[in-house]
Amino acid sequence: MAGSTQKVMIKGTRDGLTLRLDDQCSFQSILRELQEQLSMNGLTDEHPMIRVTIQLGNRYLNDEQKEELAAVIREKQKLVVDRIESDVLTKKEALEWKENTEINPIAKTVRSGQLIEVKGDLLLIGDVNPGGQVQATGNIFVMGSLRGIAHAGYDGDTNAVIAASYMQPSQLRIADQLSRSPDYESEGVYMECGYIDDSLEKILMDRMQEVIKKRPDLVSFERRMING
Amino acid sequence: MGEAIVITSGKGGVGKTTTTANLGTALALQKKKVCLVDTDIGLRNLDVVMGLENRIIYDIVDVVNERCKTKQALITDKRFDCLHLLPAAQTSDKSEVTPEAVKAIVEELKQDYDYIVIDCPAGIEQGYKNAVAGADKAIVITTPEKSSVRDADRIIGLLEQEEMESPKLVINRIRNHMMKNGDMLDVDEIVNILSIDLLGIVIDDDAVIKASNSGEPIALKPNSKASIAYRNIARRILGETVPLMKLDDQQGVLAKVKKFFGIRS
Repeated sequence: MAGSTQKVMIKGTRDGLTLRLDDQCSFQSILRELQEQLSMNGLTDEHPMIRVTIQLGNRYLNDEQKEELAAVIREKQKLVVDRIESDVLTKKEALEWKENTEINPIAKTVRSGQLIEVKGDLLLIGDVNPGGQVQATGNIFVMGSLRGIAHAGYDGDTNAVIAASYMQPSQLRIADQLSRSPDYESEGVYMECGYIDDSLEKILMDRMQEVIKKRPDLVSFERRMING
Repeated sequence: MGEAIVITSGKGGVGKTTTTANLGTALALQKKKVCLVDTDIGLRNLDVVMGLENRIIYDIVDVVNERCKTKQALITDKRFDCLHLLPAAQTSDKSEVTPEAVKAIVEELKQDYDYIVIDCPAGIEQGYKNAVAGADKAIVITTPEKSSVRDADRIIGLLEQEEMESPKLVINRIRNHMMKNGDMLDVDEIVNILSIDLLGIVIDDDAVIKASNSGEPIALKPNSKASIAYRNIARRILGETVPLMKLDDQQGVLAKVKKFFGIRS
């Protein structure tokens, strides 16, 4: 197996180690060489933990294989696997990505007792009445009045926002945060947007223009790829 | 071939039965053949409001169970020959009747009548499903109260799942002074939230209760505001364009002249 070309390239970066694995040879031979290479590294106990990024290139690994690979690296006490990157993904994953990044336009009035659930962003052309509820894994944009409950990023995406032409919600929920309307009678506001403030860790409301500044990559594909 | 209209609201006590009785009467006044159907089995009221309670022999459950023919169960109104009532049963339960059975009865009645007006029970369960099954159109009743508007919204959502045209709205029990002060939801606000067409508004009037108690629908009285409102609703159903009633208290000629000249009264 003492091949002339290396199957595992190790590079040190600012953030730790990057392992670039050859994507043409068999998975077993990668594991073997990885074990050899890593055992050659003589690390002393004083070293801090090193984060490892694995680049698979055009190789697809299923979850089991990823675990196997991570186990080999974890055997070395000073190494932890930060993430595994691959240039390929399965059709199923791709479809999931697509679903989670799509904007779903729905034209209807969401009335009391009704629930709209979508994957990805929701673009509602109509009102959400008191007692009605809308949920999306991504952002929620209501073109009408939001008087009911809206839950954006219900899979846990804290970057999701909720925007409405007229905002008078009974509750706003983003990921695992919740805010409700005050107990006293209050007027709604026009063209506002709810988002999670990172430092306060709670939902704030601001003019739509301001939120765009805070979430500059609101609709860009990259954000959705990473979160999806 | 007639048209079946269901009167519904979700919430109880907003005036479904009163509206059914008065709408039926107002349509009969316009010389239409009308049959009222009470589907509130176990809690029948429509016969009382119409003053026909003592004439009931058979009811809708008897028709469903084929103990009598549909025509035998129909009661002719005291005042109009063209107005009939199919009463609900008082001793049975809502589960005695199925949506299919009601639909069959309504289809049969549609052959002989211009309008079938169906009084729906409160709630969104079996009774509601029975009432809605045979209807071509729906009228949703609400009052200017939040809880009632919320329930109306729920009902509209359910009606939208049925195969019928978009329901129409009647706002009942309007108290003008409270609406003016902002103590009640106003008409525009309600229409805005429910976003369906407004068919009419009815002012809260003591005479309505008085009339119901005496078994004479208010629509028969010529001058009461509520009566005019119900007759206007009937005319709109018949396709006439009738402007919405002014909510302001009627002013005398003198007050109008004073207003014209800018004199404060």
